[in-house]
Amino acid sequence: MKLTRRELLAVAGAGAGAVALGGLGIHHLITESYSKKLKIRGAKEVISICPFCSVSCHFIAHVKGGKVVSTEGDPGYPISQGALCAKGATMLSMINSDHRLVKPKYRAPFSDRWEEKSWSWMIEKLARRIKDTRDKHFVTTNAEGKRVNRLDTLFHAGSSQMSNEEASVVVQGMRALGIVNIDHQARI
Amino acid sequence: MTNSWIDIKNTDCCLIIGSNAAEHHPICFKWVMKAKEERGATIIHVDPKFSRTSARSDFHVPLRSGTDIAFMGGMIHYILSNNKYFHEYVNDYTNASFIVNSRYSFNNGLFSGYNPRTKLYNKADWQFETDANGRVKRDPTFRHPNCVINVLKRHYSRYTLQKVSDITGVTRENLLKVYEAFSATGRRDKAGTILYALGWTQHTVGVQNIRTSGIVQLLLGNAGVAGGGVNALRGEPNVQGTTDHAILYNVLPGYLPVPRANMQTLEEYNKLSTPVSNEPESVNWWQNRPKYTVSLLKAYFGNNARSDNDFGYAWLPKADPVKSESEGDYSYMYLYEKIMRGEIKGGSIWATNPANTLPNTNKNREALSKLEFLYISEIHHNETTDFWHGPGMDPKKVKTEVFLFPSCHRAEKEGSISSSGRHILWHFKAVNPKGDSKPMGQIMIDIMKEVIRLYKKEGGAFPEPIVNLNWYRSYDAELIAKRCNGWFTSGAKKGKQLNGFTEFAADGSTASLNWLYAGTFTDEENRMKRMSLEQTPLQKAVGIYPKYAWVWPMNRWILYNRASVDKNGQPWDPSRTIIRWTGSEWEGDVPDGPAPPLGMQGGKNPFIMLKDGLGQLFGSGLVDGPLPEHYEPVETPVRNHGFSGQLTNPCAKILTGDTDKIAQPNDPRYPIVLTTYSLTEHWCGGSETRNVPSLLEAEPQLYVEMSHELAREKGIANGDAVIVESIRGRVEAVAMVTVRITPFKIQGKTVHLVGMPFAFGWTKPGIGDSTNRLTLWAGDPNTSIPEYKACCVNIRKADSVTELSDTPVQEGPGH
Repeated sequence: MKLTRRELLAVAGAGAGAVALGGLGIHHLITESYSKKLKIRGAKEVISICPFCSVSCHFIAHVKGGKVVSTEGDPGYPISQGALCAKGATMLSMINSDHRLVKPKYRAPFSDRWEEKSWSWMIEKLARRIKDTRDKHFVTTNAEGKRVNRLDTLFHAGSSQMSNEEASVVVQGMRALGIVNIDHQARI
Repeated sequence: MTNSWIDIKNTDCCLIIGSNAAEHHPICFKWVMKAKEERGATIIHVDPKFSRTSARSDFHVPLRSGTDIAFMGGMIHYILSNNKYFHEYVNDYTNASFIVNSRYSFNNGLFSGYNPRTKLYNKADWQFETDANGRVKRDPTFRHPNCVINVLKRHYSRYTLQKVSDITGVTRENLLKVYEAFSATGRRDKAGTILYALGWTQHTVGVQNIRTSGIVQLLLGNAGVAGGGVNALRGEPNVQGTTDHAILYNVLPGYLPVPRANMQTLEEYNKLSTPVSNEPESVNWWQNRPKYTVSLLKAYFGNNARSDNDFGYAWLPKADPVKSESEGDYSYMYLYEKIMRGEIKGGSIWATNPANTLPNTNKNREALSKLEFLYISEIHHNETTDFWHGPGMDPKKVKTEVFLFPSCHRAEKEGSISSSGRHILWHFKAVNPKGDSKPMGQIMIDIMKEVIRLYKKEGGAFPEPIVNLNWYRSYDAELIAKRCNGWFTSGAKKGKQLNGFTEFAADGSTASLNWLYAGTFTDEENRMKRMSLEQTPLQKAVGIYPKYAWVWPMNRWILYNRASVDKNGQPWDPSRTIIRWTGSEWEGDVPDGPAPPLGMQGGKNPFIMLKDGLGQLFGSGLVDGPLPEHYEPVETPVRNHGFSGQLTNPCAKILTGDTDKIAQPNDPRYPIVLTTYSLTEHWCGGSETRNVPSLLEAEPQLYVEMSHELAREKGIANGDAVIVESIRGRVEAVAMVTVRITPFKIQGKTVHLVGMPFAFGWTKPGIGDSTNRLTLWAGDPNTSIPEYKACCVNIRKADSVTELSDTPVQEGPGH
């Protein structure tokens, strides 16, 4: 019989349980391991990284039917060795949270409510705002007559929540617009 | 971190100061415990408050917030006056023998060259004497009165136990306990590490706090060795990587200085940003900077960056030069000033919550209402997204147009992040983004695509940098990662990936979005995805995993590792070998360059990123002095500190407008020191973790920790609702009366300190609102990082409260 790593762990856990509780005739851990196995049976294991603190603990997301059904620490990551803290342990509910933002929203000037909008509506309207602002306020020289080619009236803030690749494109884009007011969580 | 998370296990003494590692980097603490349990290491926690870090340490030493330089200066004095330093290391690998310019002086708290109008120093007097060949003059006998080690001895001779104890509130007994335990590592067979975090950076002397650890570690021979180093436990999830990629005003990716108006051409930029060393033993790695700059421009503008157009250098915006405390500073601190003055029209706030987490929040919230438009990318509603209907706001009067983009969770996208140990790790995509949410990278690409389309169609102001941009069709993390690594743009290897940053050229034949990431993604593989635990026995002994993902630079786990061996390339301590010269090559970790050890033909100094290649006990790199000096926080409970007549950092950045009041020193209205901190169960401003029911249940409401003594003085009982007030604002909190905080004896008088988390905000009704309504806009002169860790407040029992409820509501607006 060829066991997967997960099944091997389950068997090992069941064995320990049998030894520990065998005298009572109750095999809690066997039952528990079995039910866990059911929940993630057939699930794909995907490794991601906890989005909090810089220890960067890996977690395994068990994916079934396009949905994350379970998360746990990754024993293969040599720094955490499978451990997660209170925050890392809530990854499943964090990903699947019903409180998350799932639609683009727009708040018009002086309005007291959000309106749901399409992505294309949002992007087109925003790009127009950015271009109009840039065209109106772009400065080519500073007070001393030095060439500066910059846009002082827009800023960018955040984020250390980005992946490296996201940070890279955000910085490239902002610099291309001429933005110099750029900051993020490294400074707070 | 100079070292790695795992490397903490190799230490004999772990000094945790300015960090509560066990609560804020919980999983790293297993390596601290391993050092304690397996090596018998001494663990020391120096922090205003007793915490779970203290509980696992051999001893906890409470220190008044903002007095770390006095504490560490006392340690430098102790090491030097008791001859505890590691002589061979100090002689060979530091600038202890360098002779400081005879015009250098230090009088009454000020170094020579201070200009009170600009609040900046002219650093001419801080330089070293040089000979006819431009080499630094040295006195290896250490007899010259101005050789660095003697300047150091004189400077810190004032940091006596009595003076340090008087101002820090640490007893003489506790001072000696720490100084003795840590300086015992100043031997070849011992190593000590220093772990710090925001408890050190968030002060108006933040960078000089860290400098003190650099000096101590150089004196004790602990820099570059296993179980040693200066280790910043970085706070945010990818703050290391996003700093490397420069979401900052002052640098471009890979720590290239931002172009300024006094650098009109690429030639001028290169001249001003490239150090020159006349020391033959110095590698002076930054002499390669022009290669990295040109390669970045090639990556930004592709074939449009050519040698005949300065590779598009003119298309990069130029910041104004630094001319004073505020001129040339484009950080948050001055950004909000400019917004208040109406100089900024709009902007983007992505996955950060300034309406909760920046100091003096009342001002920042008002500032957001002065913008014409704001585009935000977030995963939940928070105090920033919804500022326009927050406390005291009338939406009908707020003009700001808000575009709110839903961004997805990390598990819903792929890419890499860099841990505090510079370990670049790949995260895989588990599922599609929830609802219509998208990766922030995709959102940026889509916005710019539309802006590029408009400029191509309509023209407009200075369209060159936009229409010439080497942009993306869609967000493809692997493609961007490849571009970060870099590739050959011409020649025989055209189109091939670079193998490392030694292959970079300044002629436009290479391109890379970040030279530090060269080596992450070669033609063979995406090394960030590697998960092999394979090690040599030598690597296993010290905990290096060279085939698990990839570490910058060049997969080097311990920075400056050439300082872990003697001049002949043999480890100071063979039981803790990270590299060793076999006679023809290095084995172990990737060394800082292939050159042979310093004592051999062609040997090089160990600190390759420093101009002269030697550890700088004295150096002119910082804005506010060549040596750390104690100054009080900008809001302080004392009138003088006893070290000089200069009460606060003379270079500190301080806002003093109507909205930024600062209490006078020793103001009787605000006699209590406030320090702020994070929680294990909430993440920073809390906008994600507050929306996880189990985490909110564990830490449900804003509280203020205080001693039993203070509670008695104020008639406050544990669990009472109280009002905490500074000169800038008031906050409601639940009193947590605890033995974890004890009063300090400062200059013979009792000074109280209270501590508050800052994870709570009004968008979850009843849990409390921003603690940062109390904190102030005073910043470190080098980094502009605000002084969150020390300001002055008062506290009283509340008659009634509006921000706290007995049963906090679980769901807030936007739901």
